[in-house]
This record gives sequence, C-alpha cells and structure tokens, in this order.
Amino acid sequence: MTQSFPEEVLEHVFSFLTSHTDRNAVSLVSKSWYDTERWCRDHVFIGNCYAVNPRVLTRRFKEVKAVELKGKPHFADFNLVPEGWGGCVDPWIVEMGRVYSGLEEIRLKRMEVTDEGLEMVAKGFGKLKVLVLASCDGFSTDGLAAVAANCRNLRVLDLRECEVEELSCHWLSHFPDSFTLLESLNIACLSSEVSFSALERLVSRSPNLKTLKLNRTVPLEKLSTLLQRAPQLVEFGTGAYSAEGLDAYSSLAEAFSGCKKLKSLSGFWDVIPAYLPAVYSVCSQLTSLNLSYATTQSPDLSKIISHCHNLQRLVVLDYIEDTGLETVATSCKDLKELVVFPSDPYVADANVPLTEQGLVSVSQGCTKLHSVLYFCRQMSNSALVSISKNRPNITCFRLCILEPRSPDYLTLEPLDTGFGSIVENCKQLTRLSMSGLLTDRVFEYIGKHAKKLDMLSIAFAGDTDLGLHYILSGCDSLRKLEIRDCPFGDKALLANASKLETMRSLWMSSCFVSFGACKLLGQKMPRLNVEVIDERENLNSIPENVPVEKVYIYRTVCGQRFDMPDFVRIMGKDKADVYNLS
Amino acid sequence: MDGRYSRKEEMHPQLLDLNHMITDERNWFAKKDDHNLGDEKKLELRLGPPGVEDWSVTDAHKNYKSSQKASHKRSAPAPVVGWPPIRSFRKNIASSSSKQAPVSDSQNAIVSNNEKMVKNCQKGFFVKINMNGVPIGRKVDLNAYDTYEKLSVAVDQLFRGLLAAQNDTSGVRINGNHEHEKPITGLLDGNGEYTLVYEDNEGDRMLVGDVPWHMFVSSVKRLRVIKSSEISNISRLGNKQEKSKV
Repeated sequence: MTQSFPEEVLEHVFSFLTSHTDRNAVSLVSKSWYDTERWCRDHVFIGNCYAVNPRVLTRRFKEVKAVELKGKPHFADFNLVPEGWGGCVDPWIVEMGRVYSGLEEIRLKRMEVTDEGLEMVAKGFGKLKVLVLASCDGFSTDGLAAVAANCRNLRVLDLRECEVEELSCHWLSHFPDSFTLLESLNIACLSSEVSFSALERLVSRSPNLKTLKLNRTVPLEKLSTLLQRAPQLVEFGTGAYSAEGLDAYSSLAEAFSGCKKLKSLSGFWDVIPAYLPAVYSVCSQLTSLNLSYATTQSPDLSKIISHCHNLQRLVVLDYIEDTGLETVATSCKDLKELVVFPSDPYVADANVPLTEQGLVSVSQGCTKLHSVLYFCRQMSNSALVSISKNRPNITCFRLCILEPRSPDYLTLEPLDTGFGSIVENCKQLTRLSMSGLLTDRVFEYIGKHAKKLDMLSIAFAGDTDLGLHYILSGCDSLRKLEIRDCPFGDKALLANASKLETMRSLWMSSCFVSFGACKLLGQKMPRLNVEVIDERENLNSIPENVPVEKVYIYRTVCGQRFDMPDFVRIMGKDKADVYNLS
Repeated sequence: MDGRYSRKEEMHPQLLDLNHMITDERNWFAKKDDHNLGDEKKLELRLGPPGVEDWSVTDAHKNYKSSQKASHKRSAPAPVVGWPPIRSFRKNIASSSSKQAPVSDSQNAIVSNNEKMVKNCQKGFFVKINMNGVPIGRKVDLNAYDTYEKLSVAVDQLFRGLLAAQNDTSGVRINGNHEHEKPITGLLDGNGEYTLVYEDNEGDRMLVGDVPWHMFVSSVKRLRVIKSSEISNISRLGNKQEKSKV
C-alpha cells in the first residue's frame, strides 16, 4: 500500500505528539507509520523494565534523548518486595551507552542503581542534562561524586526519596568550579551532613538555579545565606527549621521576602513555631506547600495556611486536625491536591482530632480538588457519599483507614456503598486505593462504574473470588492492580487470564493463589511473566495447591529474566518450572 | 503488530457467560490452604469458570469467614508488614522530634548518628575497600570482626587472589592454582609491603589501628590498602589534597 503522506510530513505531524500513549497508538496504525514513528521518537517511557529489555529498546529507537524507566512494583515502597528482587539499571546503561551517545535525560523510578552504573552514566553520556532518581537505592555518595565531576552539562540532579549510602560529605565538591549550569538540586533524602561550604559555593555560581531542596542537616541559621545567593528560586526545601533563640529570625524573614518567584516550599523538619511567620511574605505566592515533617499543632499550621490563597497542593500531617482542614476549605480555593499523612500510625487510638469530617470540609470548600491521599482512623458511608457528590471531579482517591477492615463507625456496616458512590459519581476516576471493611459488593460497583480506572489498590478486602472477577471483567481501562491480604484465589485469575495481557501488571500477596495456578497461567500465557516471589525454604516440596506468598504478573515481550534471586521463579515457561540458573 | 483486539474474541471458548451464574445464590469460595494437605480434591486448573461443584462452602472457608467477623470489632492493631502504606522515612515522625520544643542542631546530629549506628549494627556494616594496583574493589562487613587482627586477616583473604591475578603476566590462570599467591601481611604494623588506612567521617585519611576497635567502627567510612612506601608521600602532601582523590 503506498503511503499518502511523505515521511517528512508524517514526522512533522508526529512531532506534535508528546505523550507516549499517543506515540504508541500512532505506531500501531500501519507498518509505515510504525517505521516513521520509531525513527523520530526521542522520548521513551518504559513503565516496567522487565516488559522489554535493553536490546529491544535500542533496536527499535535509534536516537533517543530522554528515557524514563520504572523497576520495582509499587508495593516495594512498603517493604513488600524482598531486597534483591531486581530492577537493576546497569544493563540498560551499558546498552544505552553503546547506542545513545546523545542521551540528555534519564529518569528512573524504583530501580536499583549502583555506583558503577552512575560512573558509566557520568562518563558515557557527555550531553546529560537531567538525572532524576526517584525511590532508587543501591548507590552511594561515590556515585554522586562521579556524576558531579563528569557531567559537564547537568542541569537537574534530583534524588527524590532515594536511599543513599552516605560515605562522604564531600561529593558536592566534585562539581568543578567552572560548572555553572545547575537548575535543580534535590538532596532532601540524605540524612548525613553535606559540606555546607561546597553547597554555598555551588549555589552562588548557579544563576539558573530554580529548585533547591536541602536535607535535614542544613541548619536554619544558614538558610538566609543561601536564599540571598539564590533569590530567583522557584522551589525551596528547608532543612531542620529550628534554632536556639530567635536571632536568625529577621534575616531569614528578609531573605524569604526577597524571593519574589518562590512558588513551592517544603522541608520543615523539627519546626519551631516561632520561626514559621518568617515565610509569611511568600505565602500568597505559594502553589505548593509540604509541611509533612512539621510536627506543630493545628493553630500554627492553620495560621500559615490561611495566608496561602493560591495554594494548589498541600501535604500535611494529621496534626492539622479537622479545624485546620476547615481553614484549608475556606482559604485555599484553588486547591487541587490534598495529602494528609498520619503522625503516629502505630497507635490504636486517635490522639489527634482528625476524622472524616476534615476531608468532607475540604471536598465542600475546594471546588477544584481532584486528588486526595488521606490517612485517618474512622470513616462512614455517609461521608464518602457526601465527598463523591461534592467533588465528582475527583480523579485520584486514596483513602487509608489505619485499622484494617474498619467498618462504617456510625452504622458498623461495610463501606461498600461509600466507595460505590465514589466510583459512581466520580466518572473521571483514574486511581483508587481503598481500605476499611469491604465485601464483594464494592467490587461489583467498581466493575460496573469505574470504567476509566487505571490503577487500583486493595488491602484486607473482599470475601470470595467473585470480588476479583468483578474487577478484572469490569474495569475496562485497568492497567495496574495491586492486592494484598484478600481472599482471592485461582478461579478469578484463571477465568480472566486474557485480561492480564491488557494490563501492565498485577500484584497479589498474602492471597490464595496457588503454585499450580501460577504454573498453569505461565504455561498458557506466553506473553505474561508469572513471577512467584516466595522466601520459604524447600519450595520444591510444597504441593501445587498451596498458596504462594506473593505473585507478580506482568506482560512482556522478552519472556525470561536472567537476573532472578533464588526467591523469584517465573512459572510455567519450561516443561518443569523454571528455577534459578545459578 | 497486533492492533487493539476486542476482548470477547480473545476469550477462551469454554468461558461461559458468568453473569447469570452470579445471580444464582451460589458464591465462589476460595479454599484457604496453608501447608495442610489432607484429602483435598485437586483444584481443577483450567482457564474457565469453576464448575458447580467447586462452589460449595468448605469448613476451612467457614472458619475464615467467622474469623473475619471476629476482627470486625476494634482491637489493638497487630503489626502488619507494610501497613499502613507509608514509606519508611515517614514512620516515627511523632517520636523522633518533639512537638514545639526547641531542638538544637547538635542534638539532631547525635540522634541521627545514633540511629545510623544502630542501623549499621543491625544490618551488617559494609564498607568499601580498595587496594592500590587492583582495579576491582571489595566490600567488607565490619560487624563480622571485633579486632584489627581479624580485619587484617580478612583483607588478606579478600585481595590475595586478586593481587596475584594482577601481577600474573602470563595470561594463563589455572583455577585453584594458588602457587603464585603471596599472603598480604604486616598491614597494621608498617612492616609489610602494604598498609591498611581508612577514611573517617570527617574525610581525613587515618592509619588503621590507633583507636579502640569500636571507636574505629563508628567513624570509618571506607578502607584502603596502600603501598607502605606511599605513606610518607601522603603526609607530605597533606590530607586535604587526598580527600578529593578517594
């Protein structure tokens, strides 16, 4: 079939498509579109590093400038994935180093990154501008030193929520004195001191610095120095926000008032309330405020928030209490995203008056609210119904009631109708995390109504396999499903096997999925990897009808992994089960 | 390349319309098996819905359901792995900093150092160790030793073979042939060809062996095996210059 458009025209049209889902869709239209698209795609997103492999990437795309890779499943954030599972980025770096000499941006999430890998990055990608490591581990400050010393074009070094082995405080000094391009530096996750003089010199010679997120060890007394050197900052994260006496106050307040472009504040470990007013001059500019380390009481939190009329994103601890959230509802009319973390998650009784009422208030007062992550100790169906009716525009709703299987505290019934109301009224819902007492009925509602749902997280919920069946057969847009401690077994999984190929991944831990079912699924579905993650001894002698500890199922074009530890098996790919090849 | 396909076409032919079955009174029950074999009927594994006979309520499931009812009432939370779903750095926020009380920076540093030390002791405290002339480094678990002597022996074991391989110019290495491997001795007393040094938490290079063992462990960041002849060079150039090279 001859093509109606010349390739150059097609390429030009494609250049307007920036989202990877659009690019993927376009590549499926025809062989010629596929070929044209692959030659001109320069930003590649790989949501599961084991869905493909490095050679598949470099064979298909030839001139990549930006790559984004994700490794471990989301529940790794909560220690459900044993250490050593995988997701190491080194093989990717080796292969990309071979082919993509012009690589400018690397973004990794939940991957294992080694110092050797960082050294390869530093020496292999001379044009590297952006390095974002989110929730990664496996590397030390030595690797960072290599990056600092060699990446002459670096603009962004963002270590968000990484676990770094901190061997030396001097890695920052490895940025050469001639290096002046830095735009963004996030070291908030480091727990040890960094050399302040090196930091100060780096900030002083970086006129384009827009984002600076310090770690806890940078003392408050030094903040004004840094802010004076970088009044152009847009995002700033403080260190420990406390000092002895109030001597540092006036210079700090003055320094903040000089930051005319500041839009985002975070940090605030160990807050001394007397120092909070130092930020008042910038509050009305703020669109994002993260006080989730600030262990101050509600009145102090409310005071600062009441100044933030343009706030779009708020992250706080439950110290804000229902009264503080009422202040949010009246003061922050542009609020889009609310996150409330628990201050004392392991204590049974509430010691802070934060209830479902706080969330209801915000849902009433903040008409633009679309994303919620809320930890609390009690919930009712009526509150959930109200929230869903107040805010049908919610797209992300994550509710964690701290005690598993908590019923509606007013009626002692399951929270099925409440969550059912959420999925029925919030028609654009793409992400949902549920908690509390839930029966199969809630899954019936979800399967029936949540047609745009992309990611679903379930814990301690449901009665029978029917629950899982409703989800897998009803949620048309579902791509990521993660389940723990639910009585779901083999039947729903096997009956919906083909659905799994339309999803990125399914995680099930502490459920009733048996070894035999995993093997069968792996045998019947060649394009799925059915990974059983099980740390028990003598796995070979456990009968097939016994449930596995954890199973992680994902679609892949590559089949076998070759880097599995002994507690990971990919089931059903050989005549017998596939065991670790060591 | 596959285009998007209709889900119905991909369904296996033996899948029945499940909806009318669901409206029956029957429910799907999972069998809760731990390592309990008994005379369980083998689970019929096929890519289709369960037959009528699989839907009966078993005793195991009845027990599970009643234990569910019992846990409906509010009880003290037992520690569950990964619950509530918050990242580890968000735990203990209430206990690790006191509300509204002024906390000095030195207190913070002590607290965080102590936490780190406890963490090190619990996990196995691995530090990097490099040897001049050997391109590959090793890691050593300092928690596994309690004297400098034992550490010195360990260093010899770690590097003896690697050093021999480096010095072996014939290019032929027979596995298990340890004839050419010279033990690495005198690391601590200055008498050997090599000396053990370390970098401490202030970035300074120090000779191993001067302070009590526990003090060494609390301040060591990494180890190095250097030629004893280089020691005089280092002291001439001064510590500052060496810091950036480590």
